[in-house]
Amino acid sequence: MGIKISNDSFFERVDKGIKNDFMRQAVSSAQDRLEGRKSAITEEMGDWEDWRELSEEIRQHTLENLDYYLNQFAENVAKQGGHVHFAETPEEANEYITNVAKQKNAKKILKAKSMVSEEIGMNEALEKAGCEVIESDLGEWILQLDDHDPPSHIVVPALHKNKEQIRETFHVKRGYEDTAEPERLAKFAREQLRTEFMQADIGITGCNFAVAESGAISLVTNEGNARLATTIPKTTIAVMGMERIVPTWEELDVLVTMLCRSAVGQKLTSYITGLTPSPGGEGDGPEDFHVVIIDNGRSKILGTKYQSALQCIRCAACINVCPVYRHVGGHSYGSIYPGPIGAVLTPLLEGYDDHKELPYASSLCAACTDACPVKIPLHELLIEHRKDIVEKEKLGTFTEKVMMQGFGYGTSHPSFFKMGGKQVPFLMNIVAEGKDGGGIGPGPIKLWTEIRNLPNSKGDTFRKWFKKRKGGARDGNRDDQRER
Amino acid sequence: METGTISGKDKFLKRLSNRMGREEAPASVTLPAWSKRPQDKVLEGASQDELVDVLIAHSRAIHTDVVTSTSQDLEKFLQEAVSELGGGPIVCTRDERFSSFGLGNYLKQEEKNGSLHIWEEGSREDNFKIAEKANIGITFSDVTLAESGTVVLFRQEGIGRSVSLLPENYIAIIPKSTLVPRMTQAAKIIRDNQKNGQMPSCINFISGPSNSADIELRLVVGVHGPVKVIYIVVEDA
Ligand code: SF4
Repeated sequence: MGIKISNDSFFERVDKGIKNDFMRQAVSSAQDRLEGRKSAITEEMGDWEDWRELSEEIRQHTLENLDYYLNQFAENVAKQGGHVHFAETPEEANEYITNVAKQKNAKKILKAKSMVSEEIGMNEALEKAGCEVIESDLGEWILQLDDHDPPSHIVVPALHKNKEQIRETFHVKRGYEDTAEPERLAKFAREQLRTEFMQADIGITGCNFAVAESGAISLVTNEGNARLATTIPKTTIAVMGMERIVPTWEELDVLVTMLCRSAVGQKLTSYITGLTPSPGGEGDGPEDFHVVIIDNGRSKILGTKYQSALQCIRCAACINVCPVYRHVGGHSYGSIYPGPIGAVLTPLLEGYDDHKELPYASSLCAACTDACPVKIPLHELLIEHRKDIVEKEKLGTFTEKVMMQGFGYGTSHPSFFKMGGKQVPFLMNIVAEGKDGGGIGPGPIKLWTEIRNLPNSKGDTFRKWFKKRKGGARDGNRDDQRER
Repeated sequence: METGTISGKDKFLKRLSNRMGREEAPASVTLPAWSKRPQDKVLEGASQDELVDVLIAHSRAIHTDVVTSTSQDLEKFLQEAVSELGGGPIVCTRDERFSSFGLGNYLKQEEKNGSLHIWEEGSREDNFKIAEKANIGITFSDVTLAESGTVVLFRQEGIGRSVSLLPENYIAIIPKSTLVPRMTQAAKIIRDNQKNGQMPSCINFISGPSNSADIELRLVVGVHGPVKVIYIVVEDA
């Protein structure tokens, strides 16, 4: 699939998004529930800020010594009989993976959820090599059956679909005749995929965190499909972004804790699986263990002011609180990485050409930064992007430069922020209307005003609106004590 | 053991080092003393009994029944749990603890009836067939996390991964002495074992049944892994 998921312009995508009432409804209720659960479970800890600081320290230390830890990890995997391949580009990664498939004469490949495999278009490469690739995560399987509909959320990929649509997809593609009850749909998936698993030649997984000291990979999951993918097939391949690593199991503990709580409000997901190469003859589990470590643009971020973006543990907490995501939906970002982290990361990985609007798809309300368990200053990075777009690429207008200074001032002077926030719509109106009444035409600033205006039906600024919403979401979830 | 391979590393790591303003990776890195260690404070100083209470309370939230038992009553409670889940066929791990906890006769009996299979390292295909057909998988917990209602299983000889995964139901027997506050203590145990040269090829942290919220964010309990889970905590001190 690649990082980019659409050839429509940003405008067209946003337009589709905001006209899709079901999707918007689904997204806002999902956001409320996910955010409510996260708040409940992090408040209960009492010292969430200490956890965040520790996590930030761990991520920063690891990134500062990434070359060391990756080397240590690879040596330890190989020592135990596993194979590690370092790939700078998607092509290199896919070549290695398809070669393994060819060597094993693999026909059927079962995949657990992996964003980085989407990023490199791995499925297409394997299919070209003659393999059948089956997604086994429930959400990903739904999307795959529905003619490869792209994901719209990094934790709940089929968030934009309702159960009737899913039932219809199962019916058309797999002859499903039962009801649209989620239990029934999931049971059907279990039966269908279990049969596939039993015939799988290779299992492919992502890797939430590699553990350098142990030469281990870890998988943080709920459904059990990643366990199947690393139990039944004789060969497994884990694909990982090069930054997804921790020094030892003790730091793994901390980051897994943060990931589970921030992503779904669980203390731990149903399964946390740590895997190292096996000596063989164990009666189940892989006899052949491969790890592919992927750069794909990440190293360009190292050593820059954007380095903290690599701290990301892909929990989606920033997405779940973002007012812009709430209104435009995941597909509007045109990237497999939506929301605030997507707006930061996508232009870094792929350049501004196709994604220069993304840093503007934010109200800079800083909810993302507050939510992030590893303390990535997301909204500040978005401002940096805007500065770079305006100043370096000379793509912006004069007004935009003025605006940028305003935002910069507002966010660096908290007491001023509220006021700045209030001033924005006023300024924006002038900009949007323009002197000839027709607005300033397409361009980032126009987009920004369009998006900004969305929730303004009650005349609220984003910040005011968000504050209200946050309180409401929490109260609304008090009765939802069930964990998942 | 076959030795592994590493490819593409030097160029890759050199690029990283250069980005970070150095020629090559540092020869050694010492882990810093972290400024905060909130993980050590969770359930600090709790007794085993208090940990059992925390385990029970949290297990409920993750749709898992917990039974507590003396070692004398274990067989009775296990039988009850088995019939609660609809009876055999059963697959269990080849684990000495079954007999040391007085379950040897029960296992033999069930094996004779043809309703229980004990895991073998042997043929993969047979193992999968048996585990897939089994209604219940039974294992012991090696480390148990009170905070999250989690049993931790180390892959060892006779302890197949499939036993706790492929059957529709799963029973974990939890010796009370295996209870620790949280994942932090398990991580330390894993590191210590590793220093002594034991790194299992698979470590599973299992917290209740498999589940998914991928459809309209509605919780479905039981997807690819077990649908129902029962924990039996047994006195062993
Ligand atoms: S940026 Fe932070 S909040 Fe967003 S997905 Fe990454 S870790 Fe989670």
